[in-house]
Amino acid sequence: MTPPSPAPRVALFVTCLVDLHRPSVGFAAIKLLEDAGCRVEVPLAQTCCGQPAYNAGDRSTARDLARGLLDAFGGYDYVVVPSGSCGGMLRAHMPHLFDDDPNTRARADALAGRTYELVSFLTDVMGVTTLDATCAATATYHDSCAGLRELGIKAQPRALLASVAGLTLSEMADAEVCCGFGGTFCVKYPDISTRMVADKTKDIAKTGAGLLLAGDMGCLLNMAGRLQREGSTVQVRHVAEVLAGMTGDLPPIGEARR
Amino acid sequence: MQIRSPAFKANVSAALADERLQKALEFTRPAFPSRRAAAVADLPEFEQLRDIGRDIKNHTLANLDFYLEIYAANVERAGGIVHWCSTADEARAAVLAICEKAGARTVTKGKSMISEELGINAHLEAHGITPVETDLGEYILQIRNEGPSHIIAPAFHLNRNDWEESFRKVHTDLPADRVFNERRDILTEARTRLREKFLAADVGITGANFLIAETGSSVIVTNEGNGDLTQTLPRVHIALASIEKLVPTLEDATSLLRLLARSATGQDFSVYTTFSTGARRSEDLDGPGEYHVVLIDNGRSGMIGTEFQEMLRCIRCAACMNHCPVYFTVGGHSYGWVYPGPMGSVLTPSLIGVDQAGHLPNASTFCGKCESVCPVKIPLPKLMRHWREHEFERHLSPSAVRTNLAIWAWFAMRPQLYRIATRIGARVLGWLGRKKGRLSSLPLAGGWTAGRDLPTPEGDTFFARYARLQREGKL
Repeated sequence: MTPPSPAPRVALFVTCLVDLHRPSVGFAAIKLLEDAGCRVEVPLAQTCCGQPAYNAGDRSTARDLARGLLDAFGGYDYVVVPSGSCGGMLRAHMPHLFDDDPNTRARADALAGRTYELVSFLTDVMGVTTLDATCAATATYHDSCAGLRELGIKAQPRALLASVAGLTLSEMADAEVCCGFGGTFCVKYPDISTRMVADKTKDIAKTGAGLLLAGDMGCLLNMAGRLQREGSTVQVRHVAEVLAGMTGDLPPIGEARR
Repeated sequence: MQIRSPAFKANVSAALADERLQKALEFTRPAFPSRRAAAVADLPEFEQLRDIGRDIKNHTLANLDFYLEIYAANVERAGGIVHWCSTADEARAAVLAICEKAGARTVTKGKSMISEELGINAHLEAHGITPVETDLGEYILQIRNEGPSHIIAPAFHLNRNDWEESFRKVHTDLPADRVFNERRDILTEARTRLREKFLAADVGITGANFLIAETGSSVIVTNEGNGDLTQTLPRVHIALASIEKLVPTLEDATSLLRLLARSATGQDFSVYTTFSTGARRSEDLDGPGEYHVVLIDNGRSGMIGTEFQEMLRCIRCAACMNHCPVYFTVGGHSYGWVYPGPMGSVLTPSLIGVDQAGHLPNASTFCGKCESVCPVKIPLPKLMRHWREHEFERHLSPSAVRTNLAIWAWFAMRPQLYRIATRIGARVLGWLGRKKGRLSSLPLAGGWTAGRDLPTPEGDTFFARYARLQREGKL
């Protein structure tokens, strides 16, 4: 795909967890997009992609929220999301909320076609191959489920991480196996979720990496929380923080500012 | 089979505390995915075959009445008898009537999940007929009075000591110094005992992996050969099959067979694949004198035309559970009925009601691995989500969940108020975690903090910081 008009107009979909929990990831996304030559705007009418309702079986609320997003994100060349999960909701699921409503379905299809997860947007649409970032660490990367299986995100983050000065990637076994977060699953079935994330942290520990990266805040909070409960010293970050060269000022997830 | 699905959470707690089970799960977990991956890598057209498999099943289900009639006519043309059964009761009665008419005292059985669904063994026993499971795993489970925990490896949750202990319980003439160190020792013991049963049986009951309309044949695949002895040695063979096992042609069956073993065990083909067509003919050297097909609906036809129709494509390979991180955390018995794992989480609510099995489609992270390995491309997460929609519409989901969702949705629909609420939340949590950046406990968040710390927010929300930077002209 060739980059469109010199500076595409990109709307950032911040996502609930980045907004509430880790705003720096949103600013990392803005930096990466601007560095890649995009004009970035943040529509103020956005809230949530609707997954909590959609996956709880509340289709009607999911549709109402989706209509809000269709209005909020109309008119941009692209919508970019620093999350494979929320990106997957917009690209793979939202159009089907309107299977019985052809007009809205067409709008949802158009939005789905313009929506990208951040890292895949940088590589697949903007053609970014190298970044000017430094992070002296051995890192391991967890493939979040929705990004991997709904959006095909696997090689893109690894390709960009390879250009980060000082960073070595050490792959974990079963990087593609779910960490046990699963949205509300982690609190509806905490026993199962905890055992799943404990399996994941074993695989993380075996890599010897000091830094765990992924592209989704939900998985990151889950894995960080478990690592810290186990007394692990592995630091946890959203991949965008590393790619944007933000690791100097920003403490890892679950650690206090010094 | 007794329904224990409503107690899913208690079943899970027990399973997580069961060291023997957890050891077995940990031991077995890597085997299935690596074997399947190797088999798939050896067959370049595997992905195309998945589309073909899906299309064969879709076509059959769209024309099921048509193919069922052709199938039944061809069974009868080949000298077999078809028993049409709408319900489990009718199917149990049909099996019993055939056995009683044959004067049966001992009935051998090949491995069959539909037999578990119908509870055939208990029904026969209640009427004075002795059923004997001949699949190695099923044989030990029958001794232990347990159900299968997996649809193709029914007893993988048991270890060597369990086998020895169970054998000694019923094979009371076993010498005390007899060793059961190797798998071979176990096999030899079972084989010796089962040989007597095979020869003594009056009726043999098998399941069917496929029914073929154009020939009226039933097909079974096994790795132990027990199915063949079950269906050829006794005077009467009964094939139990639900209606969605049907495929139009022999070629369709062979296409699906190319998918089945690769998806299941990673074999190119199972060791034994056996086609049964009718009863023994005068020129045949062996075979049963009577061939009966007990054709079972038991809820399937009610799925046709609904959003769950796609589930009827299932060929019971177990790839979904073999790759499921939830299944390999909780084991098959936690699901509380016949069918575990992702396929069970969709099928069980269809067959016993979502009011009974509601936990099953909820206990999924929607990681999507199951769908990615399903040989007939059943969108299992989507179908589980449909069950959650049914629950939500029928107000079966817990009221606390509904209330929280409604409050959250009310704010999420109002961006300005949502900003205020999230800002307060981020501030409060950020303040609480200011020293360490995380909390080890928090009121109302026990589900999270029982096994994990809760990383706390940076402090201000994205939108608050964004607005501030804009005001300061820094953006």
